[in-house]
Amino acid sequence: MSEYSAPIADMQFVLEHVAGLADVNALPGMEDASADLVAEILAQSARFSSEVLSPLNRPGDLEGSRLEQGVVKTPRGFREAYRQFTEGGWNGLQFDPAIGGQGLPRLVGTPLMEMWNSANLSFSLCPLLTTGAIEALLLRGSAAQQAFYLPRMVSGEWTGTMNLTEPQAGSDLGLLKTRAVAHGDHYRLFGQKIFITYGDHDLAENIIHMVLARIDGAPPGVRGISLFIVPKILVNADGSLGERNDLRCLSLEHKLGIHASPTAIMQYGEREGAIGWLVGEENRGLETMFIMMNAARFAVGVEGLGMGERAYQRARDYARERIQSRDLSGGGESVPIIRHPDVRRMLMDMKSRVEAMRALAYVVAAALDRAHLHPDADERARSQAFVDLMIPVVKGWSTETGQEVASIAVQVHGGMGFIEETGAAQYYRDARITTIYEGTTGIQANDLLGRKLLRDGALTLRGVIAQIGECVGALALIEGESCGHCTVISRELGVAVSHLSTTVDWLIATAASDLRSAYAGAVPLLHLVGLVCGAWQLGRSARAAAGLLAAGDGDAEFLRAKITTARYFAEHALTRSASLQVEICRGAESVLALPESAF
Amino acid sequence: MKVLVPIKRVIDYNVKVRVRSDGTGVETANVKMSMNPFDEIAVEEAVRQKEAGVVSEIVVVSCGTTACQETLRTALAIGADRAILVDTAVELQPLAVAKLLRAVVDREQPRLVILGKQAIDDDCNQTGQMLAALLGWPQATFASKLVVEAESALVTREVDGGLETIRVGLPAVITTDLRLNEPRYVTLPNIMKAKKKTLDPVTPDALGVDVTPRLKTLRVDEPPKRKAGAKVPDAQTLADKLKNEAKVVQ
Repeated sequence: MSEYSAPIADMQFVLEHVAGLADVNALPGMEDASADLVAEILAQSARFSSEVLSPLNRPGDLEGSRLEQGVVKTPRGFREAYRQFTEGGWNGLQFDPAIGGQGLPRLVGTPLMEMWNSANLSFSLCPLLTTGAIEALLLRGSAAQQAFYLPRMVSGEWTGTMNLTEPQAGSDLGLLKTRAVAHGDHYRLFGQKIFITYGDHDLAENIIHMVLARIDGAPPGVRGISLFIVPKILVNADGSLGERNDLRCLSLEHKLGIHASPTAIMQYGEREGAIGWLVGEENRGLETMFIMMNAARFAVGVEGLGMGERAYQRARDYARERIQSRDLSGGGESVPIIRHPDVRRMLMDMKSRVEAMRALAYVVAAALDRAHLHPDADERARSQAFVDLMIPVVKGWSTETGQEVASIAVQVHGGMGFIEETGAAQYYRDARITTIYEGTTGIQANDLLGRKLLRDGALTLRGVIAQIGECVGALALIEGESCGHCTVISRELGVAVSHLSTTVDWLIATAASDLRSAYAGAVPLLHLVGLVCGAWQLGRSARAAAGLLAAGDGDAEFLRAKITTARYFAEHALTRSASLQVEICRGAESVLALPESAF
Repeated sequence: MKVLVPIKRVIDYNVKVRVRSDGTGVETANVKMSMNPFDEIAVEEAVRQKEAGVVSEIVVVSCGTTACQETLRTALAIGADRAILVDTAVELQPLAVAKLLRAVVDREQPRLVILGKQAIDDDCNQTGQMLAALLGWPQATFASKLVVEAESALVTREVDGGLETIRVGLPAVITTDLRLNEPRYVTLPNIMKAKKKTLDPVTPDALGVDVTPRLKTLRVDEPPKRKAGAKVPDAQTLADKLKNEAKVVQ
């Protein structure tokens, strides 16, 4: 089985020519992120991913994390890999150097996350959760809390977790019951949390849990939830580790995939209560969590991309090796299956969808950087609006797509895909969680429709539609050798964006009178927006590639493949925009017609 | 003690090398390049000697086009202190490189030169030996273990019969073999720091070296394609063929 090899050429192309690395490099504080430095960072991260993380992926899946005598043990090799990962400084790449980070933009962090996800999704979840906890503390932690905890979390010496879910409170956190009782300068927490990723493990000496709980006497529902910092091992005033806090991992879940990632059931307060400190104001915990969750949702979208890329590589390598049946165009000998049209179709489908996801994710990452750092307030606001619109799309569409790509990778293998040893099955199982955690696809779609579309009357989305229209126009004007392909992309993208536009009008009109019908079309809408925006970014990629080709700049073979791939996506994958429009605009009469008893 | 580590930028070891269609050489345009793996071992060794307190300064040098700066930055990220680029677009052959390195040695006065035993592109395995001859220094090639002392170095060499340990007086030239060490993973903070380290360009002219190629490449061909094998009905036929056709057994 081949190890993961980072698609550096495509990553660099997207960074420099689609997402605008030079513009991000020009943002205040990002002067270090020059193209040559980024190239070196990508190369070194790629090596680490292929040589350290990727070889642990399958053994980690087979061995899994285990709970033994109250202690969670990660699979063999994970401790050493985590030590190398943190010593390499990768854990803190996006954080301020003042707290030990490297101060790199999100745009540069995104391809690195993609690599770690591709190489070993289970491993990469640990730093992802730590990043989430760090962001929550940066957002609302007191100066003292930040100084006390952040440096050792940024370095990776300690890891972090996010504790939201309880058995009765999943997507609806208003139902959560974990209690916090005031006790001098701190609180004592009692309750059970489930689905806690890396809730306990042996990679680091301490774990900083961020826990949502309800202070005694707080209002019911979402307005009575506060956020607490609850260390596994209490930290003395001098920074040394003190006593074990009153919390433990009761058990680990048995899951379909990501077996190496320990998913813990956590019990807080079996005796005197787990000691925790309030982060931010009382009853404002969920708000903090939601701001932070945006970053986490984006990161899970990149997991969809990473799994898609890994699965594509495996299928491509297998299609080159596997010799079966003769070439349709003649010849007596059996040939590698990559020569057969249907296999080729599957590979093009995977390749084009992965490249579309990558371009969209990196473009959103660049907008995240602009939203944080751009000197002009209007540009910051515009970028933030774009990011807010796109987060549910990157999360929902890229994970659904990544999972479909992983499924096709199994199909390319034929019977061998169903056999675990080829690796394709693991990617398929591992990818399956990405459409569920950090908000299911349904939750993302409802967020897109409700908060991002209906709330501003689709103002931001119409802005995006206008930008796509400009891209359609620009593609039609390309001359020279790329003219033929770009004309097709322009035409198909123009048709698809009109489907999106019609759908948006219908949804706005329908939602005013029949909200249930509109919401029944939320997930198809998510797919439609993802598909059209993915094609848009591939169209922009084709335009950039055509420009480079005309100038005689860069690898002509790569650039031509880029344009052809964009054409495939526009001509084939994008045709679903028509059926999605029909599916949504037909309304939900039959969707919602049956009585509950008929199911 | 100052150490000079010459490094070469070569086609990355993962790349499938393709011969140019006109047979003048191999395709290097838009091909991933990286540091010659044996040279990476040389840089790693120098850094380990520095971490052990034996070496005080590591200077890396590369001869070639400006693109070699990338390779030098990688060496700086591994832990070298500063870099020199001998900037030239001329195709360099081992003797020219050895002469350039001698000139750099004259300027820098290192006590030790550590370099890869060969480069994975042309596999010449000549530069280290030529440099030692030009300098009149002792050489210890194919090193798999290196102990540096005040006036000499104890070097374990990989030779056909096994391992040989020799002592060479300093200054000396040492070429590295595969098992000398395992190069570390470069850390992100060190990549960032490498950007701020000194990288000085110098030209062959300034060093007073004529780098004109002495050898002319007539043609480069792909290795012959492996022909399909033949099935034999039984072991006896196989034995006959090995004996009479292939003539590999008596």
